[in-house]
Amino acid sequence: MGYQKDVKSLMEKEINKNLENNQSFIVNDKHIFFRKIYNILFKTSIILFSIISIIPLFLILFYVLQKGITAIDWDFFVKLPKPVGVEGGGISNAIIGTFLIILMSSLMSVPLGVGTGIFLSEYQNSKLAYVVRLFVEVLQGVPSIVMGIIAYLWVVRPMGIFSGFSGAIALGMMMLPVIIKNTEETLKLIPHSLKEASMSLGVPYYKTILKVVLPSSISGIVTGVLIGIARIAGETAPLLFTAFGNPFMNLNIFKPMNSLSLLIFNYATSPYQDWHRIAWGASLFLIVFVLFTNLVANGVAKKWKVEF
Amino acid sequence: MKSDTVFKYVLHLIAVIILALLSLIFITLFVNSLPSIKSLGLKFFISTRWNPVKGEFGALPFLVGTLITSFLALIISTPFSLSIAVFLSEYFKRGALSSVIRSGVELLSGIPSVIYGFWGLFVLVPVIRNLELKLHVPPYGVGIFTASLLLAIMIIPYSASIIREVMKLVPADLKEAAYSLGATRFEVLKGVVIPYSKSGITAGLILALGRALGETMAVTMVIGNANVLPTSIFAPSNTMASIIANEFSEAVDSIYLSSLVELGLLLIVVSAAINIISRWVIKRTSKV
Repeated sequence: MGYQKDVKSLMEKEINKNLENNQSFIVNDKHIFFRKIYNILFKTSIILFSIISIIPLFLILFYVLQKGITAIDWDFFVKLPKPVGVEGGGISNAIIGTFLIILMSSLMSVPLGVGTGIFLSEYQNSKLAYVVRLFVEVLQGVPSIVMGIIAYLWVVRPMGIFSGFSGAIALGMMMLPVIIKNTEETLKLIPHSLKEASMSLGVPYYKTILKVVLPSSISGIVTGVLIGIARIAGETAPLLFTAFGNPFMNLNIFKPMNSLSLLIFNYATSPYQDWHRIAWGASLFLIVFVLFTNLVANGVAKKWKVEF
Repeated sequence: MKSDTVFKYVLHLIAVIILALLSLIFITLFVNSLPSIKSLGLKFFISTRWNPVKGEFGALPFLVGTLITSFLALIISTPFSLSIAVFLSEYFKRGALSSVIRSGVELLSGIPSVIYGFWGLFVLVPVIRNLELKLHVPPYGVGIFTASLLLAIMIIPYSASIIREVMKLVPADLKEAAYSLGATRFEVLKGVVIPYSKSGITAGLILALGRALGETMAVTMVIGNANVLPTSIFAPSNTMASIIANEFSEAVDSIYLSSLVELGLLLIVVSAAINIISRWVIKRTSKV
């Protein structure tokens, strides 16, 4: 204690001497003051800007909830859209169309995506893998409207009719990169020892991959598929000239098909108030579905985490 | 042993299918835009007259419209996405405030584009119209500025997440060295983090620009769909993506269709180039 007191009094003496001798110490003090002020100002503006940027989220969610909740009742889910001027009606055809198109896209993209994911993790450093990775990045950046053009040129024009199937092809291509990346990342986490143990027991390579490696990384793959579904569920641009929309119930995948996103677009840009109301209801349903899917995807990723 | 060989062949086949898929996409677009490339040539990009009925196809208004909306959106969004990245990677790494911002941004990126458009049409457009009345410009409501504002909201989550990833790569010992010399947080950011991740941040912003270039639905709904060269940032216009969305299903004769496909080809080439270059820049920073 005595020692500390000594040091303190020494320091005070030194400081006082400094203060008497020259003013630079005080200037320096001011300098520190300004540096602290800048620091606080910067931090405040960072917090301010960050909070401002999520305000639109609450505005959108609030507005959609407020407008959409009045449109939703039992009829909304089970009835077909009514013609202009007739009150009521529902969006059952759009809901079924959306799920059918998502189902078809998943059926097309999951096997291809998981297969590519396996390839990329098994042949990590091969030249082919390098090129495939590059192509997948490019595929992920392709604007959604271009996918619509492609599906139109590949399917709609040769068949001569808009169809839910062509829409599913466009959306399937958008889902692919998501599934590929998630599968690859998950498979990379599986330790070599697992594979080696299986091989040393005499299990052939293909069975090791399909029966040992894949099952232990199933959660990552499911997460990838769910994120992919959440990404395509609200896509509209690729469906404009593929699935096209349809006011009637249609279960034939080779005929024009309605989807929630198409219905929202068509109704939102129409001049009828009653259609706007239905579009808000459909928006609420779509947002809840997309957010719920993302939530489940996060849950799956956390609960059945790949850990070794 | 035999089934192993088959399995390996199948894996390679699948990989080749992915390569073929993207190549086919490019080839299809190119082949289908040939009629327009042949008959219009360079005139397609410099003529300002778009009148399909008279057979005039000049895409300059859409090129200009696309560039203005995307760059404006990028400029509006940059301070916000940078702030979010700094907020999450430097100031609040965990805690309640951090998870509010983080999940808020995640939710923002999950909202479908068509719903952004719908909301923009009914909420943002009237607000902008009032603003235009105060500024004494023609009160369209819809137009380039509205579209850019909506686009900015949409690309913030995307660029913020990339910039955050890049900022995470700054070595902790560099930052700690600066702190130990008595630097404040602001000075560490200004003197260490930003200079170190400068190229990565630029790449992230360019990726966000690529996202904005191809965004279709929200823009189509609020840009006003005018096929003329825009006169001000409040004027209605059209982007490449929105003209395709509006007119593709009406395009009957082959030149009309093929000129729209050519716009699609331009979109995919630009976005592919942006993707490849920025990913390369980001990868290079992460290796140093």
